[in-house]
Order: sequence, then C-alpha cells, then structure tokens
Amino acid sequence: MAGLNKVVGSYEQALEGLSNDMTIMVGGFGLCGIPEGLISQMVTSGVTGLTAISNNAGVDDFGLGLLLKSRQIDTMIASYVGENATFEQQMLSGQLKVILTPQGTLAEKIRAGGAGIPAFFTATGYGTPIAEGKETREIDGRHYVLEPSLTADFALVRAWKADTMGNLVFRKTAANFNPMMATAGKITVVEAEHIVEPGELDPDHIHTPGIYVNRVIQGKFEKRIEQRTVKAAPVIL
Amino acid sequence: MALSREQLAQRVAQELKDGFYVNLGIGIPTLVANYIPEGIDVMLQSENGLLGMGEFPTEQTIDADLINAGKQTVTAVDGASFFSSAESFAMIRGGHVDLTVLGAFEVDEQGSIASWMIPGKLIKGMGGAMDLVAGADNIIVTMMHADKKGNSKLLPKCELPLTGFGCIKRVLTDLAFMEIKDGAFHLLERAPGVSVEEIVAKTAGKLIVPEHVPEMIF
Repeated sequence: MAGLNKVVGSYEQALEGLSNDMTIMVGGFGLCGIPEGLISQMVTSGVTGLTAISNNAGVDDFGLGLLLKSRQIDTMIASYVGENATFEQQMLSGQLKVILTPQGTLAEKIRAGGAGIPAFFTATGYGTPIAEGKETREIDGRHYVLEPSLTADFALVRAWKADTMGNLVFRKTAANFNPMMATAGKITVVEAEHIVEPGELDPDHIHTPGIYVNRVIQGKFEKRIEQRTVKAAPVIL
Repeated sequence: MALSREQLAQRVAQELKDGFYVNLGIGIPTLVANYIPEGIDVMLQSENGLLGMGEFPTEQTIDADLINAGKQTVTAVDGASFFSSAESFAMIRGGHVDLTVLGAFEVDEQGSIASWMIPGKLIKGMGGAMDLVAGADNIIVTMMHADKKGNSKLLPKCELPLTGFGCIKRVLTDLAFMEIKDGAFHLLERAPGVSVEEIVAKTAGKLIVPEHVPEMIF
C-alpha cells in the first residue's frame, strides 16, 4: 500500500486496527452483496464486543450469523432479522442487544453519517414504538421524528470492481447498503470481485469515488443464494 | 364467498394504471404481479435497489447478485435500473412510487396500520414497511377481515404496536373493499356472494354503508 494505491495483500492487513468494542458496518441485503472474506477474517481475529450495523443478520452458518455464533457481537442495528435462529436465541436470552431500525431510515442514517449530517427529520415511524423518546416536530402540518446519523470505526464493503485507487462499481442488487457504508467508515475496507488498474473504469460509471476508500482487497466469494426461486423451464415439444 | 388469495391479488391489479411505478409487499401483494392487465405498462420497484423487477429466472439465468426484497432470485426487465438502498428509499419516502400494496394484522378507522410486531411473539423487524407506509400517498392494504374466531381486524383503534399512524386510505379484505376517510371505514364493494350484514358484523371500527354496495367484478 503506497500513495493512492490502496490494495492490501492479506485479510489481516485489510482489518489491521480492528479491536474490541468497535462499531462496524457491514454491507449486504440478506446474503446478497456481503463482504464474505472480511466477515470470516473478523471471526478469525477474535475481536469481541462489536456493535454491528447491517440490514440483516445473515443466516446461522453464513454472513454475520458466523459472528453471532461466536458471540463477537454485543449490539446489532438492523431492519429485519428473521432468518437466523442463533440471533433469535441470543436476543431472547438478553445476550444480544438489538436496535431495530426501519430500512429506509437505516439507509439514510448511514448516508447522512457519511455526508457529515448529524441528524434528520423523517415521517417514517412517527406514532410507532420506534419514535418513543425521540424528538418530534411538526413541519407544514406533518409530524416527523428526529433520527441521528450513523458512522462506524470500520465499514466493510463488497464491490464488483475496484481499481487500485478505490474507485468502485457495484453489480445489480448487490449494491444495496454498500455505497452508503463506503462513505461512513473511519476506515473503509472494500472486498472486490475484480481489481483493475486506474483508467480501466469509465469515470462516468463509477458509483463510489475512491476518496471514501482506505483499503482494497481481492475477495473470494461463495455467493450463497438465500431463496433460490426459478420458473419452470419452457417445455420443448 | 370470501375472496381467495388469488382474487385479492386480482382485485388489487384492477387498480393498476398504465405507467405506474408500483411496490408490492411480501405475501399476497407479490401475487399482484401475476395479474397486471394486458396492454398496460407497469414497473415494479423492489426496495433492495431494483426498479423494473421481472419474473423468476431459469436455472441458466439465475444470478446471486439479483434478488428482490423477499430475498428471492429474480430478473430485471428491459428499462430496469439498479441503485443503493438510500436511493431506493428516496423514491419511496419522496412519494415517487405511484402505488404501494402491503399486508397488515390490523387497520383502524383513523388509517393507522399495525403489521410488524405482536408482543410476546418473536420480533423480526419492520424491514421497509414503516418507510413505505409513511412515504406513499396511494397505498392498498390487503388483509383478512377477521381472524379465525371472527374477531374483526378493522378496529376503532389498533391494539398492536403501529407501523404507521394515520396513513392508510384503502383496504381490501377477503370480504370487502373500503376507503378510510373522516375517521371511518366507507364500504365501496363487497366480495361476490358476501352480504353487507356479514361485513357489518365483522367490522369493529366505524363503518359507513351506502344504500347500494356493488359486488366486485372479476
């Protein structure tokens, strides 16, 4: 790693500085677009007391479910956690603190955090349990809830293509929370499917400019599918 | 006869208009995609970052990077676009989606909706439901009119924790199609063969019944 070349050669280097009780953001929607190798490295590193910000909590044996099983996460900030029995058991027994956050509010909290906006008003959740204890305001006859933004010590992001300077392109619905999280980490680490040289990505087609990115690592992905749904193959007569 | 799941989807589909951008929730709302009327163009929005959702893929075209909000593998139609979750909810919160269809446990005469949490049962989270009900002006809730014991799910005031406050204007149940305004349910249509008396008996909230209540046409 030198100058603007952000490529690191090992997962240890990718997560150098990660320590107990840190806040981490992890990209992905379900198992789609998750930084698989970086999650594995967190398990290997043995750090504990983490606060994890991610839309979901993975499944029992994949994604963030791995970090739950090893009890490395203390607090989880997510919008939907329905696919993970380990998660349910730890939540019910009180081992895991869970802050459920509406999906759009979660996305905007992260976007705002990366953009230097400390909080924002949204109509989402007004009059519901998630607004309890929060400041509200009426603006032009509508009620809004004040939601603080989110940042993290580490943001772990999965990209389709990265150049060595950290410019990123995402693929299809694997983008999801990754672009915002890339902006909201004190240290943003990108696990890419492909790493290319500067100039190979069309500047018009870059989703995340390299200024947000600190480290890039070549990833290895299983790309597990959570709900494999296909239509019947056409019958050839 | 009470409407089947397919008939609920068919009746909602009659509300689709040419050029609509539509978000369909999980469950019965998803089935609406099967009944888009011939000759109209509709783009389906999936809140995980897809505008222009297509049908399920084949074994040959399946792609782990292309899923819907229910985490099912899908395809994208010609003219589709992909974007981040923040962009997706800018569309939703900003009121750019023409029609949102979602399910509920309870709805009340003020237009509040409860759909995500039953105290004492496991809480899985609200996903995007709170954003959808707060952001969309045009929402149709599809739900059962009453539970298996006949207890109404259309109430004076929701008993379960809310998903959204005062945001629902139209409800389609297995028995009736209703509008919510001025603090009451207004009966618009009834399911074929279902009597007004049955609907009245199974509606706990204030219900306004006009002189003539037409049957739904399929």
